Amino acid sequence: MKRREFLTSGALAAGSVWLSGLTFAGMANGRKPRLVFIILRGALDGLEAVPACGDPAYAGLRGELQIGRPGTDGGALALDGTFGLHPALAFMHQSYAARELIVFHAVASPYRDRSHFDGQNVLETGYAVPHAVETGWLNRALAAIPAGKAPEKERGISLAATAPLVMRGPAAVTSWSPSRLAPLDDDTLQRISDLYSRDPVLGKKLAEALAAEAIADQDTASQDPTMGGGPRPLLAKRGQPRARYAEVVQAAARFLRQEDGPQVAVFDTVGWDSHFNEGGAKGQIATRLATLDAALSALAAGLGPVWNDTAVLLATEFGRTVAENGTRGTDHGTATAAYLLGGAVNGGRVVADWPGLSPRQLYQDRDLRPTLDLRSVMKGLLAEHLQVPERALESSVFPDSRAARPLTGLLRA
Amino acid sequence: MDKGLTSAIAANRFGLGARPGELATIGGAGPDGLRAQLEGPAPQITGDGLQSSASILAQVYDLRRTIRAARMRRVRGDDEGGASAAAIGAFRKLPQLIRPIYLAEAGARLRQSVSTDRPFVERLVHFWSNHFAVSIDKGVLAALAGSYEREAIRPYVLGNFNDMLLATERHPAMVLYLDNQMSMGPDSRAARNIARRRPGTRPGINENLARETMELHTVGVDGGYTQADVTAFSRVLTGWSIAGPERWRASAQPGTFLFRAAMHQPGSQVVMGKRYPDGGYDQGVAVLRDLAARPATARFIATKLARHFIADDPPAPAVDRLAAAFSASGGDLPTVYRALIDSPEAWEQPVAKYKSPSDFIVSSFRGLELPLRTDTGKPLAPIGLFQLLGQRIWCPGSPAGWPDRSADWDGASELLKRIEWADAVAQRVGPRRDARELAPQMLGGALTAATRTAIAHAETAAQAVALLLASPDFMRR
Repeated sequence: MKRREFLTSGALAAGSVWLSGLTFAGMANGRKPRLVFIILRGALDGLEAVPACGDPAYAGLRGELQIGRPGTDGGALALDGTFGLHPALAFMHQSYAARELIVFHAVASPYRDRSHFDGQNVLETGYAVPHAVETGWLNRALAAIPAGKAPEKERGISLAATAPLVMRGPAAVTSWSPSRLAPLDDDTLQRISDLYSRDPVLGKKLAEALAAEAIADQDTASQDPTMGGGPRPLLAKRGQPRARYAEVVQAAARFLRQEDGPQVAVFDTVGWDSHFNEGGAKGQIATRLATLDAALSALAAGLGPVWNDTAVLLATEFGRTVAENGTRGTDHGTATAAYLLGGAVNGGRVVADWPGLSPRQLYQDRDLRPTLDLRSVMKGLLAEHLQVPERALESSVFPDSRAARPLTGLLRA
Repeated sequence: MDKGLTSAIAANRFGLGARPGELATIGGAGPDGLRAQLEGPAPQITGDGLQSSASILAQVYDLRRTIRAARMRRVRGDDEGGASAAAIGAFRKLPQLIRPIYLAEAGARLRQSVSTDRPFVERLVHFWSNHFAVSIDKGVLAALAGSYEREAIRPYVLGNFNDMLLATERHPAMVLYLDNQMSMGPDSRAARNIARRRPGTRPGINENLARETMELHTVGVDGGYTQADVTAFSRVLTGWSIAGPERWRASAQPGTFLFRAAMHQPGSQVVMGKRYPDGGYDQGVAVLRDLAARPATARFIATKLARHFIADDPPAPAVDRLAAAFSASGGDLPTVYRALIDSPEAWEQPVAKYKSPSDFIVSSFRGLELPLRTDTGKPLAPIGLFQLLGQRIWCPGSPAGWPDRSADWDGASELLKRIEWADAVAQRVGPRRDARELAPQMLGGALTAATRTAIAHAETAAQAVALLLASPDFMRR
């Protein structure tokens, strides 16, 4: 397999384009850059979202999870000779064609164990070890951007009731969340059902309650165009996948569109922990990816002209096992894929120092081997897009990350 | 006995749910810690905006007088000054008076539940408040339920049952709730006066307070009384009333208990085989004292306590032990509580009792150290939450109080609401909590491997918190 070249040949172009007197960071050409960070909680299977169809070892490993080669029925959406996108990711594929999407593969944070909590902590703090600090890299990056002359406003917003860790810290940030309760996530409900399965009372009661709700909702379901009018599976109706992030995405777009509004937005997606019945071109993972893809499409539409000034980073805490597990899913792994898209992105490429999928190439004989530090992506993005000074990137934003060189050329010139 | 289990039972079954660190302190001491909580006077609640029942009733009287006056003006056709509108306006002021009082009282109670270091005593307050239940869905009781609990339950919860019985039956909230304020002996002076002034009227007794005192507060429905006993006891209780806004009378402050001798049925009465000579107010006190001392009362109370603290169908030996302690001590409640603590049955099943909604909410707040916002009106504010999950504070809807068996609370829809609330809370605070650390701190030895595993495998910190709160281990106590 031909190894791809890193784009880090040159040293970081440290030339932070500072135009004095501007309120916002990185306002080159008089435009204000926008950054959206979407946390994919639960460890998204990078080989499912971005299958390495061209890797000779790929076909034998994935069982029911396998995505066919581009051009086959239900096959991957072609990226290049090696990689494709999951067929549910139509908008992302369109973005790739429009040169607005970079896929990073075989990427991982410095965390090497397999706890969601600790992995997400590292993903959000930006430190090499979990629970080192109570602040997030994105907030510290905002704090490192010199203030303009205009009265300081919140530069960041969390679309969540509580700011996720990545957005907590010294810089003033705000948050927004829908006033009503979000529906219970299907995955959480499934886990509670499992936990109740051995209980003499609660399992039966929960099943009864869900059945009653399904009946009560039948009328609304038949009127819901996103549901196709047909009978819905019991669990699927609760999450209403396609609409799930709609409110959050619309709000994010609304805030970011404002000229004097925040320039950085963060929100979570959940449900990527696909241990059981993960599915392939169809099934659970396909539904969730379609939901995510629809959310990204809605975000682009909602941002309108501002999309051209926007970069959206999507990252998860770690990847999953390369091989299918015993319950038609995948277990916690190591390297995975990350995604950067938006009108400001210099896209249409896959950035990967591909380690390969043959047994001896795997990490600890089971996981995709990490060959790219996620912090290289983050540092490159912050430096080029938000003009965060290199000094700050190395000291306060991502301490002890000197080995993870910032990628360059991620944004359009 | 497994120490982890002992402390979990002490904190969660006897207490109101372990707060982080509590299993190592209050709960960790197991039975000894519970006994220690019984030492010293029962904690009282004081605070801004909490008023006495008398003060609240005085305001209600004032408002009613305004309403009456406005109505009279309207009836007289004296509508020049907008009397009609004034009457309607005044009428609407009653809820405006009551609601803030209820919210302040319920908030104070919740704050006490969540913050107390003597959760066993607080649970006992709730137990007795429910035993001597009033319900806010009647009349002005929403304004009185909180002060009633503070005035008639709390001061006696570590005292003698006789004193609590007397304090509750003569409290204005109970007198109003069970309709005794106008109950008068047919041969009383007041009744004769009324009959003379309004020929054809036959004022008389209201049996409600007497019946419920026997059926629900003392001997129980199978306690051996007859309708004749209820009627006789009703006559005994005639005159147990409330001082109205009769400011010219110095005998009692408005809004406090008042024995109206003029309404009291003269003569002796036979209640459950014993003749009580007429002693006015003291006649009622004597009947109450004897009711409290009856073996049926000891057994009734022992059964309810054992059901609350041991199991839905409490084991007979435990009930016998508690009843014996109650009788032998003459109703000394700490003696009964100690017998309960000493009952091995209470320490056997780690999660024998399904939590009531109130237990579920309070233990969640304690375990997660959730901040309290009592400025309700918002659906997630804690006072509204009790209603959402099916147990509006002080609103059992009947003098029997809330039921106390698992089957009364484990309804499917209610379960789903708990789960949804758990998830909503987890979304809000979960990212700042580590359920893996919290679970053993909240559940101790009652934490099962299944729950521990589910939490460990959760895909987010928030989901882990939701699983913890929704787990069978946490749903029970």
